[in-house]
Amino acid sequence: MSVRNMTLIQAITEAMDEELQRDKRVFITGEDVGVRGGVFRATLGLHEKYGSDRIVDSPLAELSIVAIGIGAAVGGLRPICEIQFSDFIWPAFNQILSEAARIYYRSNGTWTVPMVIRAPYGGGISGGLYHSQSVEAFFAHIPGLKIVIPSTPHDAKGLLKSAVRDPNPVMFFEPKKGYRAIKGDVPDGDYTVPIGPARLAREGTDLSIYCYGMMAHYCMIAAEKVAREDGIQADVVDLRTLLPVDKEAILKSFKKTGKALIVYEDNLTMGYGSEVASILADEGFQYMDGPIKRLAAPDVPGVAFSHPLQEEYMLNPDKIAAAIRELVNY
Amino acid sequence: MTHSSVQERSSAHLEPETLIEMYRMMVLSRRLDERAWVLHRQGKIAFHISAIGHEACQVAAAFAIQRGIDFVYPYYRDLTLCLAIGVTPLHFMLSLFGKEGEISSNARQMPSHFSYKELNIVTGSSSVATQVPHAAGTAFAIQYRHKVGLTRPDDTTQPRLALTCLGEGSTSQGEWHEGMNWAGVHCLPFICLVQNNRYAISVPYEQQSAMPNVADRAAGYGVKGIVVDGNDVLESYDALKLAADRAYNGEGATLVEAKTYRPVPHSSDDDDRSYRSREEVEGWKKKDPILRFQTTLLERGLLSPEAIEDINQKSVAEVDAAHRTAENAPYPSIESLYGSVYAPLEDA
Repeated sequence: MSVRNMTLIQAITEAMDEELQRDKRVFITGEDVGVRGGVFRATLGLHEKYGSDRIVDSPLAELSIVAIGIGAAVGGLRPICEIQFSDFIWPAFNQILSEAARIYYRSNGTWTVPMVIRAPYGGGISGGLYHSQSVEAFFAHIPGLKIVIPSTPHDAKGLLKSAVRDPNPVMFFEPKKGYRAIKGDVPDGDYTVPIGPARLAREGTDLSIYCYGMMAHYCMIAAEKVAREDGIQADVVDLRTLLPVDKEAILKSFKKTGKALIVYEDNLTMGYGSEVASILADEGFQYMDGPIKRLAAPDVPGVAFSHPLQEEYMLNPDKIAAAIRELVNY
Repeated sequence: MTHSSVQERSSAHLEPETLIEMYRMMVLSRRLDERAWVLHRQGKIAFHISAIGHEACQVAAAFAIQRGIDFVYPYYRDLTLCLAIGVTPLHFMLSLFGKEGEISSNARQMPSHFSYKELNIVTGSSSVATQVPHAAGTAFAIQYRHKVGLTRPDDTTQPRLALTCLGEGSTSQGEWHEGMNWAGVHCLPFICLVQNNRYAISVPYEQQSAMPNVADRAAGYGVKGIVVDGNDVLESYDALKLAADRAYNGEGATLVEAKTYRPVPHSSDDDDRSYRSREEVEGWKKKDPILRFQTTLLERGLLSPEAIEDINQKSVAEVDAAHRTAENAPYPSIESLYGSVYAPLEDA
């Protein structure tokens, strides 16, 4: 199978294109997904290829994008619903929490909701408070959902295909800062990456780094930097799926290293990394050889717009490298 | 005016047997509902929410669509509608008692949260109006399947519309607006039946909307609006049949507002004496939809007093049997709490 080097967003578009081609039940709805091809151009060319019956510009109302998707899924279709920025997902929160996530359970496994909710997330793009949020922790508290966050083009394509084919509602959060910044090899044609298993992105024995999305990309840069400059060898676990979480992979790495650095872009308190820390404390206590460290954003209500303030808020490879050194030297 | 009185009386074409069956469903629903109140007052069940007073518009809705094929998104007051589609008194009794084999959710949900996959009755939550955009989404799916060639539009073995119901208070929710808006924009095969019983628990309609009728708001969505006397079976049927035909013929969505009344408290946990007079309630009991339909059927010579009594006795017997069976049924297994959180991949 030949591979091509492409950006994260190109891999996402390719996954949707191939799924639309494969299954007539698949359709896309969201704001500006049609002739505009999406504000980030994730649906670029799809309207031209599949027409307005299948690439459907929604009214400017996020609740309805999700709720119509739920009803369409119940009606036998495979909706891919795009929320333009994850910051705007909140009007649909009740529909995701009370409806999409519960329909299978509350109907005793008779009605299914096979749908994908795609949403670009994350900061560092001068988006201010309302175009920068990391929202995954809110949804990771909801049994019945699956939550996927890819960090490479290969995984983005394979995981999105799995999400479209999954009989459950899948939240697919895309690191928008990495849309064009992250590049990688993507195989031609059809393949899937299963939802669930984490990926060991780098092997080492000095510490375990747990991360996902844009931070997984940064953690790899930081891990190479400390390897080069300090000879520190980090085990980097790219979680990829946040719900259901791959406990086995988390504990397997921790058993090897005894030290854990959990890196996430969201606010520190009650962020997704807090759950990873809890898993390690509960089930990995016997391997522990240092404090379980979380490296995350400060507990302020949002990412500030002004450049130096944004940079202070955001993590980057240098900040991660500093945290790696500190933990290894503990 | 976007809503109009119904010109043609499609109810005039209903066969006598159909009319009698509609009447029977209303009586069965009433007897079942009354038993639920008794069981609650006896301390045998935890909760009941009633359809009393709403039987006419609900049975009309069921008979206006293809029952068991078209998609239905009911709300918690739709006992008569669901019975008329095929939910049984035993199913309902099992839900009241929270017993094994309950059809909607295996007793995970509170009673009256109807769901029955085999009959295309879709599960709902307790958050009001959440089902409206779902029904619009399902109507979108029906239209989509026709457009892309997955289903033929004239295939009557397949669902051809989505019907949803809610109370007038629930139309204050944004979800109602967003669902109605999609139905209008895409000209969807969609029926929204608003059962306007004047009170959202204690809050009167005037506190929900400045418009005299809910159906007046249909104009804001490019949807046809119709106001009917929801306590009149045949008038309700005329409007809902028109709505169904519009959906089947690709003419778009219809909002039917059935003006009715709930002569009982909102639920078993409510006390309506705190917000309305007994005189008002007694006045509405004189407009009881079952009594009115009974009078019509007697006048037309379709039913005799003996036949009416026979229907009543048989309904009571059916309720008795369901009650006994449900009361003696086992509870769901403790392990069942943990089941069906995620659909297995092979269900894809």
